[in-house]
Amino acid sequence: MNYHLNHLKELESESIFILREVAAQFQNPVLMFSGGKDSILMTYLAEKAFFPAKIPFPLLHVDTGHNFPEAIKFRDELVERLGVKLIVGSVQQAIDDGKVVEETGFNASRNGLQTAVLLEELEKGKFDAALGGARRDEEKARAKERFFSHRDEFGQWDPKNQRPELWNLFNGKKNIGEHFRIFPISNWTELDVWQYLMLEKVDLPNLYYAHTRSCFKRDGIILADSDFINKRPEEVCEDMQVRFRTIGDMSCTGASLSDADTLEKIIEEVATTRITERGGRSDDKRSETSMEDRKIHGYF
Amino acid sequence: MSHNIEDYEKMELLRFTTAGSVDDGKSTLIGRLLYDSKSIFEDQYEQIKATSERRGEEEVNLALLTDGLKSEREQGITIDVAYRYFATPKRKFIIADTPGHIQYTRNMVTGASTANVALILIDARNGVIEQTKRHAIIASLLQIPHLVVCVNKMDLVDYKEEAYEKIKDDFSEFASKLDVKDVDFIPISALKGDNVVHKSEKMDWFGGTTLMYYLENVHIGSDHNLIDVRFPVQFVIRPYNDEYHDYRGYSGRVAGGSLRKGDEVMVLPSGFTSKIKKIDSFDGELSEAFPPMSVTVLLEDNIDISRGDMIVRVNNLPDNSQDIDIMISWFSEKPLALNGKYTILHTTKEARCIVKDIKYRLDINTLSRDLEDKEIKMNDIARISLRTTLPLFTDPYRQNRITGSIILVDEGTNKTVGAGMII
Repeated sequence: MNYHLNHLKELESESIFILREVAAQFQNPVLMFSGGKDSILMTYLAEKAFFPAKIPFPLLHVDTGHNFPEAIKFRDELVERLGVKLIVGSVQQAIDDGKVVEETGFNASRNGLQTAVLLEELEKGKFDAALGGARRDEEKARAKERFFSHRDEFGQWDPKNQRPELWNLFNGKKNIGEHFRIFPISNWTELDVWQYLMLEKVDLPNLYYAHTRSCFKRDGIILADSDFINKRPEEVCEDMQVRFRTIGDMSCTGASLSDADTLEKIIEEVATTRITERGGRSDDKRSETSMEDRKIHGYF
Repeated sequence: MSHNIEDYEKMELLRFTTAGSVDDGKSTLIGRLLYDSKSIFEDQYEQIKATSERRGEEEVNLALLTDGLKSEREQGITIDVAYRYFATPKRKFIIADTPGHIQYTRNMVTGASTANVALILIDARNGVIEQTKRHAIIASLLQIPHLVVCVNKMDLVDYKEEAYEKIKDDFSEFASKLDVKDVDFIPISALKGDNVVHKSEKMDWFGGTTLMYYLENVHIGSDHNLIDVRFPVQFVIRPYNDEYHDYRGYSGRVAGGSLRKGDEVMVLPSGFTSKIKKIDSFDGELSEAFPPMSVTVLLEDNIDISRGDMIVRVNNLPDNSQDIDIMISWFSEKPLALNGKYTILHTTKEARCIVKDIKYRLDINTLSRDLEDKEIKMNDIARISLRTTLPLFTDPYRQNRITGSIILVDEGTNKTVGAGMII
């Protein structure tokens, strides 16, 4: 018997430990589901952690109204198969109710509005732990994020005053009205996620695989044509062979030219690529610390 | 970077910690490891290049890669633990990058708690200094299994063997007083790349390996305790459906030893004995479970078991006591209170405790014991005695880093205020 785990099995074991710890330490957890591969991985790991029982918490999707239709279809089928409850927080509803004001202009995005809707849903559902699929390799502010990340009663993150995390010991203690953000896949890299999804044969939305789509270029980023985006006169659409490395809003998620139509080819592409996956996200490009600023105010 | 399925099915995970200040070249070394293993992306590089130029710096400042928070970039210091990732075809690496100054001892302790390897940097011009000793003492206290001492900036001492040998001797003499098992030395220049990823042509006299070779090959198979069976119950799985009507699974992460179907086990604290009926997982029944696997254990008999209980072998029991002696690393601005009450977390168990005695404060620059000044302030390390409300099932930290460790939580603020290693 060879007493060692490979890196993916060790990461899996760590994430399952965190998921079970959340079920044990919190009264009312919820899993934030975006439809992207990281939240699909999270859901899959949760299925493993509580097998043969069902996942003991609902999924929460903050719906900007600007989603890829393929992602919504995938979400609904997954929820059906798992037999878990899905809560949808609607940004469109919040705009219609006058709770938030929509950005205007060519680079308008509903990304920032998600925070308000998320915090409202967490409050409404009295959730004390919100599980997210953020990874530390994604962005430099996230490199300092904890597995158990404390949020005050306003949902704010205080990066300079975080609880140290040692060994296998996670402190989820809090006062009433406060909550935790929990990041079970903190230690996974983009490549780890892809390798694991392939080895485990996990289903993914077809958006991740190369396909032909009507797209146009803006500031060097390829965007999918949709009703949610205001094109400038010189921005002309053409059919391109693309795939998406992350799935967010149609209005701000960049596609990349690719012919990777299998997981094997995607991994090869990821392993040799020279741009980070959030490099295609125009929401991160607003300033050098845009992620940190959004996180402090309660973003994922 | 390899991407064959067979290759990454064999890849291992290695966690290492680095500690140091801006001056000793730590950021340059991490930058070089990331850069030479092609883990820095173009857009990341462009971003830090732009920032360096805006600040009027002559070269691209690789430290910007490792300093994540706004306030850190403004002040040019690292104030928190930052985690970095890179991989080679053999291993995936997680770096816990921590500041080296004495006022950040708690960050160093945090980074060290899960590390397989401690990487200690010494400036070849300065030799073994107070900070070097501090890092080595923390690595020893936290029982990091392997220590690799990199004598850096060899280019500034003309790559002379004598400079390296002197430092090696000085460090070895100091380390003989510590509890470290496995120490290696490598002369490097992080700036020029000597012996980091590529073998140096300027140091023919050095017969050892490069740092990358060391990191890819150091034996970590024995870093877990595979002898003493310890399975802290984390969560009880009860499906409540017809198919699994009587299913009671005890889930958790194996903290020590190996469990097999049919093993005679005892459940603590009740003391009831039973046999392992099945080791279950989503991927099917497992023949064996060992650290750090997360599994679900089913027993032959129906015993009342809940979170915080521990499954062990009948003839190999942990210590079972309400009085424990620990070395504590203190994290809070509020000093440790003699007779103070705290919440204590140990494996999956929670209890309360009272601080019965503060035996001494450890000077982490000299290892000397201060028996007079016993006020334990933030970043201090001390030996103390605790009395707990419930018995804890512990092992000495030297034998098991999981069952031998605790944290203390302030009952007013809920903050983690101390981390302890059981003696």
